[in-house]
Amino acid sequence: MATLGSWIKPHPTGIYVEPGDFWIDPSQPVHTALVTHGHADHARSGHNHVMATPETLAIMETRYGEYPQSTPVAHGEVVRIGEVDCAFVPAGHVLGSAQIVLEHAGERVVVSGDYKRRGDPTCAPFEPVPCDIFITEATFGLPVFKHPDTEGEVHRALEALTANPDRCVLIGAYALGKAQRVIAHLRALGHDERIYIHGALERLCSLYQDLGVDLGELVLATGKKKDDLRGRIILCPPGALNDRWSRRLPDPITAMASGWMRIRQRARQRNVELPLIISDHADWDELTTTIEEVAPKEVWVTHGREDALLHWCMTRQIKARALSLVGREDEDE
Amino acid sequence: MKAFAELLERLVYTRSRNAKLKLIADYLRATPDPDRGWALATLTEELDFKSVKPGLIKALVEGRVDPVLFRMSRNYVGDMAETVSLIWEPPPGVDPEHEDLRLADVVERLQGLSRTDAPGVMTAYLDLLTPTERFALIKLATGALRIGVSARLAKTAFAQAFDVDLDDVEEVWHGIDAPYPALFAWGEGSQPRPTQDDVPVFRPFMLAHPLEDGRVDPEDYAAEWKWDGVRVQLVHVAGQTKLFSRTGDDVTAAFPDVAEAFREPGALDGELMVRGDVQGGEAGGAASFNALQQRLGRKTVSKKMLAEAPAFVRAYDILFDGPEDLRALPWTERRARLEAFARRLPEDRFDLSQTVEAEDFDHLAGIREGARSAAIEGLMLKRKDSAYVPGRKTGLWYKWKRDPLLADCVVMYAQRGSGRRSSYFSDYTFGCWTGPEDDPERRLLPVGKAYSGITDEELKQLDKFVRANTIDRFGPVREVEKSLVLEIAFDSIHASRRHKSGIAMRFPRINRIRTDKPAEEADEIVTLEKMIS
Repeated sequence: MATLGSWIKPHPTGIYVEPGDFWIDPSQPVHTALVTHGHADHARSGHNHVMATPETLAIMETRYGEYPQSTPVAHGEVVRIGEVDCAFVPAGHVLGSAQIVLEHAGERVVVSGDYKRRGDPTCAPFEPVPCDIFITEATFGLPVFKHPDTEGEVHRALEALTANPDRCVLIGAYALGKAQRVIAHLRALGHDERIYIHGALERLCSLYQDLGVDLGELVLATGKKKDDLRGRIILCPPGALNDRWSRRLPDPITAMASGWMRIRQRARQRNVELPLIISDHADWDELTTTIEEVAPKEVWVTHGREDALLHWCMTRQIKARALSLVGREDEDE
Repeated sequence: MKAFAELLERLVYTRSRNAKLKLIADYLRATPDPDRGWALATLTEELDFKSVKPGLIKALVEGRVDPVLFRMSRNYVGDMAETVSLIWEPPPGVDPEHEDLRLADVVERLQGLSRTDAPGVMTAYLDLLTPTERFALIKLATGALRIGVSARLAKTAFAQAFDVDLDDVEEVWHGIDAPYPALFAWGEGSQPRPTQDDVPVFRPFMLAHPLEDGRVDPEDYAAEWKWDGVRVQLVHVAGQTKLFSRTGDDVTAAFPDVAEAFREPGALDGELMVRGDVQGGEAGGAASFNALQQRLGRKTVSKKMLAEAPAFVRAYDILFDGPEDLRALPWTERRARLEAFARRLPEDRFDLSQTVEAEDFDHLAGIREGARSAAIEGLMLKRKDSAYVPGRKTGLWYKWKRDPLLADCVVMYAQRGSGRRSSYFSDYTFGCWTGPEDDPERRLLPVGKAYSGITDEELKQLDKFVRANTIDRFGPVREVEKSLVLEIAFDSIHASRRHKSGIAMRFPRINRIRTDKPAEEADEIVTLEKMIS
């Protein structure tokens, strides 16, 4: 009997699926790429043919322009590429994000991409698919990472705002996914005020709204008077938090929405005064319960803190290996 | 406990010194005795619980969580208290809205604990408390705060809270014990300043500015060698002797030989060094800092160590002669009093730092250049008419260090840092070549380890390099591709039998990242050997 999954070839630059002659999330330009979601370390420019969910394709085209050939694959659809049946199943990470389910030679392999299990008003929830091999991320693969309830974190930002009417709350959030999710959660908690955004968030926020995600009234923060911004929530990419740009704001309370904020010293490193533990990645409990749920024969770990997850699998008699894919950033920053 | 945990939490996230001072001062004013006293003792790291040590906390957490997962988490987080506070799993049914505990009750409970009771009591606390309180409890119980608050900052906050002079706080500090009722009573004006006639107390040191490009006239400034040891203050009063470090820490226990020999009532400022193999100095003189390092940071010292590396003090200045405070006198008068005082001390443990005579500044510069002893760091320049003033006052004292030595070294291993640098690979072991480039047998041998001298941006750059170029892992240590050159600056270099390369650097730090230089062109060990002074 052939080794399980011998038709899947992990390379440092991505996962190559031999019987279909295509790559998943390659970091180099290739002929055919299946892309799990729109973050830059998974979705690159320069491929000849891209297959992804319609939302992911829209995000990639907003960022990189048109690809020579692109095929949208909707949820529920199965496409056959070479000798492989492929399906895109929601991963709950960001809008359009998908796990890629591959079937060949009687084996089912799930490539999770990045995923999370908790509620996100901007995208479809993760659906567990039982499989033979589960290829998972491990961004927060250590038991110290337990993300608290998201509403509670968003609520803390609103409390800080109420307690400091003369200041503003400046939230650093990743431009794709995190920013829109934080806004959607704020709206869900009844914050109907104008929310100000940094210019770098504008295109993706409009795209989300075009794709039917309601974010309420958003206004560009650049060029606004200090007094107009007092008592307001402003979102910017993490890099702009301590940048020249933020010096023009009225005494900002520096917040950051990220799973890393769980670690105090990490928050200190980023000069963050109000750490908001909000992540688009699975925490330790989500990673481990998901593995239990999809009950794979083998777990392959693409990137992150893989040592601990490998150890956990081992203690549960699940075969596991690290793929050490290159170019995957410690996203969520 | 809640208010104290909240204070620590907010201090962690506060960067500005003034904001930190305000947080602590507000807390000290708003909190009743004795809780605020215990909090101040925690911030100044004065508490020590005999039966609660980091080892106990580690054993407890390893009983709850897979030890391998705990170790990986600890390496990643870089702080034990934080790791335990996050990873600890209370048993089901524990009420998170527990009633607040009094800080004083917790401290008193921990103080009275026997080794047998400690595990049970600590477990009960860890189960009961919230993660934030757990963090505070472990910091309180085991010391090593690492939240960006020094003892000095905490004392400054006390001075601000009650509008008293910081130097006064430093002076009374060693005569009082936690939870400091007399200190707070003085602060609030209900009692006079605590006196210290019969206890040895610390007085703040006079410090120097670097001379940099300035010039001084030897007419106005006395010059003396700056010795490479540990600055100490010796105080003897009412039959008791204490040694204080520059930060005001009591280091008496590490140097009992010196403490026992100092039996003259008074207070001296001097450099503590050990005798040993002299490199380029007079026989029986001061050994390099390397030899002293073996004795630093010890709570007790063995007889063997006392015999092999006997300590002595080279006196710089005198603060008190008996009960008489000499600090207001000019340097020339204090120097005369010091010389008379020193004659009454045992010669094997005490000598005077000799002054260096020079005709003019250029002559002095020449003398400084010619200094070869490893025990000399450079020159000190002291204004002859200046009083002994606490802290760094412009124009009074200058330090004029020898220029650092430089070497190009290759990064070999890296380890994660702690505190503010936790989870970054910030400690680097670097090496030099055993032979010239055409030697096929040549290899790199480690010559030192450094973690300072770089900006946060450079830290990120180096961290990225380590992550992308790891070739092997040994627990928390990563071995990296031998491709990156660092320019290392160091004060001096010594022969060392403890190191495979045979050399050891004094105070190595990263001067520059030399991405422009191929690893093959880094320095050879012979080049470094030539720098041994």
